[in-house]
Amino acid sequence: MANVMEIYQLLPKTNCKECGKSTCMAFAVDLLARKVSVDDCPPLVNDAKYKAGYEKLSEMIAPVSGVTDTGLIVHEDKCIGCGNCVVACPVNVANDPLGAGSGKAPTSEKVIFKVEDGVVKARNVKECRRFGENRILCVACIDTCPTKAIEFV
Amino acid sequence: MSEYYVCTGCALLCDDIEVETENSKVKTVHAACRKGVARMKGCSDHLECTIDGEKTDVDSAIAKAAEILRNADKPLIFGHGNSSSQAQKMSIGLAKKIGAYLDDTSSFCQGPVIEAILQDKLKTCTLDDIRHKADVIMFWGADPSNSHPRHLSRYSYFPRGKERQRGWEEDRTAICVDVRKSETAVICGDNRFYQIPVGGDAEFMDALVSALSSKVPKTSFGFDAKRILELANVLKKAKFGVICVGLGLIYSLEDLNPLFRLMDKLNEVSDFNLMPMVGQYNMRGFNQNLYEETGYINRVKFNSETGVAEHGPEFSVVEALRNKTVDAALIIGSDPLSSLPLSVSRYLAEIPLITIDPCRNLTSSKAKVTIPCALGGVESGGTAVRMDGVEVELKKILETENLPDAEILRKIMEAI
Repeated sequence: MANVMEIYQLLPKTNCKECGKSTCMAFAVDLLARKVSVDDCPPLVNDAKYKAGYEKLSEMIAPVSGVTDTGLIVHEDKCIGCGNCVVACPVNVANDPLGAGSGKAPTSEKVIFKVEDGVVKARNVKECRRFGENRILCVACIDTCPTKAIEFV
Repeated sequence: MSEYYVCTGCALLCDDIEVETENSKVKTVHAACRKGVARMKGCSDHLECTIDGEKTDVDSAIAKAAEILRNADKPLIFGHGNSSSQAQKMSIGLAKKIGAYLDDTSSFCQGPVIEAILQDKLKTCTLDDIRHKADVIMFWGADPSNSHPRHLSRYSYFPRGKERQRGWEEDRTAICVDVRKSETAVICGDNRFYQIPVGGDAEFMDALVSALSSKVPKTSFGFDAKRILELANVLKKAKFGVICVGLGLIYSLEDLNPLFRLMDKLNEVSDFNLMPMVGQYNMRGFNQNLYEETGYINRVKFNSETGVAEHGPEFSVVEALRNKTVDAALIIGSDPLSSLPLSVSRYLAEIPLITIDPCRNLTSSKAKVTIPCALGGVESGGTAVRMDGVEVELKKILETENLPDAEILRKIMEAI
């Protein structure tokens, strides 16, 4: 996954403020969080000398389309449907202890992850422990994924 | 959507699969992994009923297959990994009647371990025991993240069980011994991954036995003795341990003695079980069915007059094809031309070959007679045996015109 410094290095680094942000670093942070898109930086799009940076950034940011409201992304091409995240997710365990929590197919509608057609689908993402008032940096689904198909942005 | 079906993608036989159908096709599969979904959605290329490449009806193909087997002196019947138990029993009956060589994929797969388990030489348990009780799980030469995607999530590592209520972080330890850093090894973590050189399994096992006996473990490849002692300590403290044995370990061992020594020692100091990581969904079923019938799990030749089975390495599919001792072959639910080295399997194309399978494969493209059968667990029911020896009832989901594999074999047997 891209980090903010990698993105910053590919930006013009002129702090021209044309995008409305005060610095290029601020733009990089927002780009990582998908609040803005690569095309929101006018010099990057229009100036030929930043062409390489534009192309690299588009490639880096493009694959994470379909991001949920809470920033959870499942890379469907990488997911093998093993269901580790379904069983490991603490919210799934709390909401469906005898189904998802015990390794079986989820039996409750309140679970966050569910495997469908061999690929995990995220739903009810607002329930995720990374969001809301008492949020914590939970990594249960990311740590247990053998193919690194889940990420948060 | 309230009914659960059984997935036949691998020998885990997950029985919590929900299926949505549309126009007599499987539309959506819930809870199954990618491997299972591919299996349950059926073949991309269906097998057609042919004789010498020409389309024909099932009855003529069965009659032709019976003729080939009747005229053969030493026919071979091979496959069975993807067949129902009923078909396997028919196959054993057929082999007995015509005096055939009978073998399955276990003869170059998990055969030795399953044989030892059936003969009570190795302690084993069920997958449900693992889920409810296991606290130390060792994957040796196995990568279930790829071979059995739901193994870790459904049984061995992540689920909560009766005696393992707190989940994997506090209640379970997963250990991986392998020659490469597999995806399962990544989940086990660097501290619990023991990378050994190719062929170093037997030596590592003996070093582990020394460590368990409080001696200094030594290996010729200079594995850090401290790490082996540390591993031995974890194993000693296990309340209910399990070693999941994969093909990586079996191919590396010349015989099973190092494994016996390790299991004996582990059961002296703690409680350990062994789980064979069987690949095809009913391979263990064939081994058990043949064992009940003859006392051997594979590699047999029946005497056509007395019906007595002889057993030996020369009756294995590999040796029979290499030495060209068979003169016709019936392949059911398998694709030996893809799975065996071409130098061995090439001979199959030279003899009259019959294949029974739902899908087209390399072997069927070289067959004289092809008979399509219903896809087990989707288009036909029956029973199958899970990797731990538990019998599971398969349910039919879709209707099909193709006959179930057991029915085709019964008709061939009648026609001989």
